[in-house]
Amino acid sequence: MKYWWFAILSLLIAMPASATTVDPEKRMFNIAQELRCLVCQNESIAASRAELAVDLRQQIRELIQAGRTDDEIRTYMVERYGDFVLYRPPMNATTVLLWFGPMLLFLLGLTILIMALRRRKARLVNTPLSAEDRKRAHALLAQTADSEKF
Amino acid sequence: MNRLLWPFAGFIVLVAFLAVGLTLKPSELPSPLIDKPAPNFSLPQLKSPENVFTSESMKGQVWLLNVWASWCAACLDEHPVISELANSGVVPIIGLNYKDVRSEAIAWLGRYGDSYTLSVSDTRGRVGIDFGVYGVPETFVIDKQGMIRHKHIGPVTQSAVRDTLLPLIRELQQ
Amino acid sequence: MIAEFGHFTLILTLLVAGAQGALTLPGAANGNAAWIAFARPAARIQFALVSLAFLSLTWAFITKDFSVAYVAENSNSRLPLFYRIAAVWGGHEGSLLLWVLMQTGWACAVSMLSRQLPEPMVARVLGVLGLVNAGFLLFVLLTSNPFERLTPAPLEGLDLNPLLQDIGLIFHPPLLYMGYVGFSVVFAFAVAALLAGRLDAAWARWSRPWATAAWLFLTLGIAVGSWWAYYELGWGGWWFWDPVENSSFIPWLVGTALIHSLAVTEKRNSFKSWTVLLAISTFSLSLLGAFLVRSGVLTSVHAFATDPRRGVFLLLLFAVVVGASLLLYAVRAPKVGLGGRFDFISRESLLLVNNVLMAVAAGSVLLGTLYPLFIDALGLGKISVGPPYFNAIFVPLMVPALLLMAVGPIANWKSAKLPAMLKRLYIPAFLAVAFGIGVPLALGRWSLLVALGVSLATWIGVAVVIGIYERMKATRSGLFSQPLSWLGMHVAHLGIAVFVVGVTLVMGYETEEDVSMAPGQTVQVGGYDLKFIGVRKVPGPNYVADMGDFEMFRDGASMGLLHPEKRTYASSAMPMTEAAIDANGLRHVYVALGEPLGDGAWSVRVYYKPFVDWIWGGCLLMALGGLLAISDRRYRLKRKARDASVALKGATS
Repeated sequence: MKYWWFAILSLLIAMPASATTVDPEKRMFNIAQELRCLVCQNESIAASRAELAVDLRQQIRELIQAGRTDDEIRTYMVERYGDFVLYRPPMNATTVLLWFGPMLLFLLGLTILIMALRRRKARLVNTPLSAEDRKRAHALLAQTADSEKF
Repeated sequence: MNRLLWPFAGFIVLVAFLAVGLTLKPSELPSPLIDKPAPNFSLPQLKSPENVFTSESMKGQVWLLNVWASWCAACLDEHPVISELANSGVVPIIGLNYKDVRSEAIAWLGRYGDSYTLSVSDTRGRVGIDFGVYGVPETFVIDKQGMIRHKHIGPVTQSAVRDTLLPLIRELQQ
Repeated sequence: MIAEFGHFTLILTLLVAGAQGALTLPGAANGNAAWIAFARPAARIQFALVSLAFLSLTWAFITKDFSVAYVAENSNSRLPLFYRIAAVWGGHEGSLLLWVLMQTGWACAVSMLSRQLPEPMVARVLGVLGLVNAGFLLFVLLTSNPFERLTPAPLEGLDLNPLLQDIGLIFHPPLLYMGYVGFSVVFAFAVAALLAGRLDAAWARWSRPWATAAWLFLTLGIAVGSWWAYYELGWGGWWFWDPVENSSFIPWLVGTALIHSLAVTEKRNSFKSWTVLLAISTFSLSLLGAFLVRSGVLTSVHAFATDPRRGVFLLLLFAVVVGASLLLYAVRAPKVGLGGRFDFISRESLLLVNNVLMAVAAGSVLLGTLYPLFIDALGLGKISVGPPYFNAIFVPLMVPALLLMAVGPIANWKSAKLPAMLKRLYIPAFLAVAFGIGVPLALGRWSLLVALGVSLATWIGVAVVIGIYERMKATRSGLFSQPLSWLGMHVAHLGIAVFVVGVTLVMGYETEEDVSMAPGQTVQVGGYDLKFIGVRKVPGPNYVADMGDFEMFRDGASMGLLHPEKRTYASSAMPMTEAAIDANGLRHVYVALGEPLGDGAWSVRVYYKPFVDWIWGGCLLMALGGLLAISDRRYRLKRKARDASVALKGATS
């Protein structure tokens, strides 16, 4: 559910962008943003100033000039550096639980919530106040300060 | 089971994973090129750049490709071990001089000894990228058919030679 | 000598903490007044002792005592004094000592600010805190002693990591730890209640300000960390979903659920076992965070130097503390009772949904952070999970929470009428759509994400303003005569709206130029012109800087000079970027030097970041909201409140 919603959102966002031809430098930047810099800790190849990142950005530029598609370039990197180089984890059998995890957690959370509420409703009994208790309640309410009512 | 025990159960699973996690090495990345053909390359030799070395020429033998650079401190640490292995004659070692300045690389070999069969200059690091090199030093074991069989990340130690590299090399040489 | 003294005081503290735990918990169970009475003084003694230890270490830094190994690793004779003091918590051992100082500090505060609580309760709370403290002290003494000597003593220290030689180091760790450790108080309250087998609205009333206080510190700590990374790393990012950042954000999310849950338990005596579970979870996640950051299990630019022994010990500490509490929870929680009933649509149910959303968000971030470890542990290879994943899953989860933020405060407790609520939401809805469509167009470029963010922020902001206005009208009194905790809620929610505006507009409209410039050349960004004048060498106390001179122009008029630097510290080969930022509350113009290109030319990065200050401004508002909430009159009433609360307890339990 979550992924589907996001997919539609992404399409809506992407639409204006695909209307114009994408500048090669921008393309390089977009691809590089989705690849991890392996000698840095938690930076993308686009953002990193490390030498390897500079080299790889240049390599991406050359591949773009050679006419490769975005997917081909990403595959090129994965062939050499493994899945680890993908900043955005791929969607495959190993990562299915990762991508659908949040949605599953959400459904689980809602289920637990509904079940717990049902169970609690069954166990709660609403007894009316006795006259004595009612008087006591009035007296206490008169005492307590305004802030307590909220 | 008491449904209130679920948080505890989940927690136990988490601790188990974390315990295993303590035994792992997250910054060491396995190479996706293991058991795949080593990328072919032709590069000028370091000491005689007019001569080109092609990796194809090593087919039929087991060999090591050792990625090094004069600016790399850890390469200096492993150099005696590499040199000893090379001098033993068990296996030829080709040096890939990575992103270096030729004069400095030659001076480095002059100062610390050159037991490589030969070294090639990968000044722009392109061959390094093809091999998935992300740090220096790295060492690759390549078999007679030109397939990469092992990648050693970081400096090669005596124990790595003794326990991993030599047995593998011997096996591949049968 | 001082170092040995410091070491000795730590050992003493451990003994006191152990005694406290051993005496007060059984004492409370058996009603032994003498043992119970030991709790408060023991907490204060521990704080005094650890303060002495901390001062000893600080003294060693001030006097440049390089015979202490930790000082030698993190200091240098040319390091300026204030950094030498901040360096006390610049490395693993010292930061742990800071953690222990805070642990004892919070316990001491509890011992002093809890006169209205029954003694056995206080004894239990302090006893639990004492045991946790003992665990950390053991960790320090056995694996991370900051007072180890180095023989022979080196003449010069290694210097504090240049990245840390910054004002951020002075504030970020202390604020952050105040938050992490602060949650141990409400954790102790929860465990104490479970041990006593009794949990009621009064318990929630006592624990709530402690939870809110911890939350507000954690908010500030995370905000300062983000701001620090922004200007220190030199490339304008403010959040990277780095494992260490996530380790602080996950407890924050659960802590947010906790303070909302405590509100319900206090007002309506409901959600009791959920609130207890959240209280246990928040501190457990702080502990998990400490483990992840210091064990080497995850790679991160923030991670401390790792040692497998430390990882094992921390995991044991985590396992024992959390495991014991969760087992106690499973056994004792059924006894705490159910509390009042509420309808399907009511403030309670809306807050419950909020709890679910926060918990799922926390769980998702945790999943993404730990997933590489899970996959590696199962032998399925190595993958990495970066910002693209976290951004993709986090935003959709927050949208419903942000929508609820305007609805919750106007929903009645127990039973809310939908038509009445909807009527009050027409204006926020209308303005949200209007601003959502209008703002992106006014700023020059339509973007659906910007529209969404601006709408949600307007939705919340307008609801806050209307809510305050309506109440002031109804009570015919001014802004500051409203109850502070109510005001705090609105201020904090407003802070979130401001934060969302900042994030949305920065991500939607920031621009960057990465160019090579020769002296005299100009680059344009965000409507500003930056002229590169040149770079000159400027010496600092323990570094040499290449200082750039840039003049900023807008429509031809000069707006002053900016001086980004590239510093080379004597102790490190890596040059440090010090960005130059021109800020006016509505935007940043950010200049960072890259590399020298020869002939006086340099590669330069310039950024235009609209509304980026609103990100941290929003966080400040959130923290202010928390501060207002804990200053509420009802927490400061002493004798009177005690009688009232006792009577109240009788009525509602």
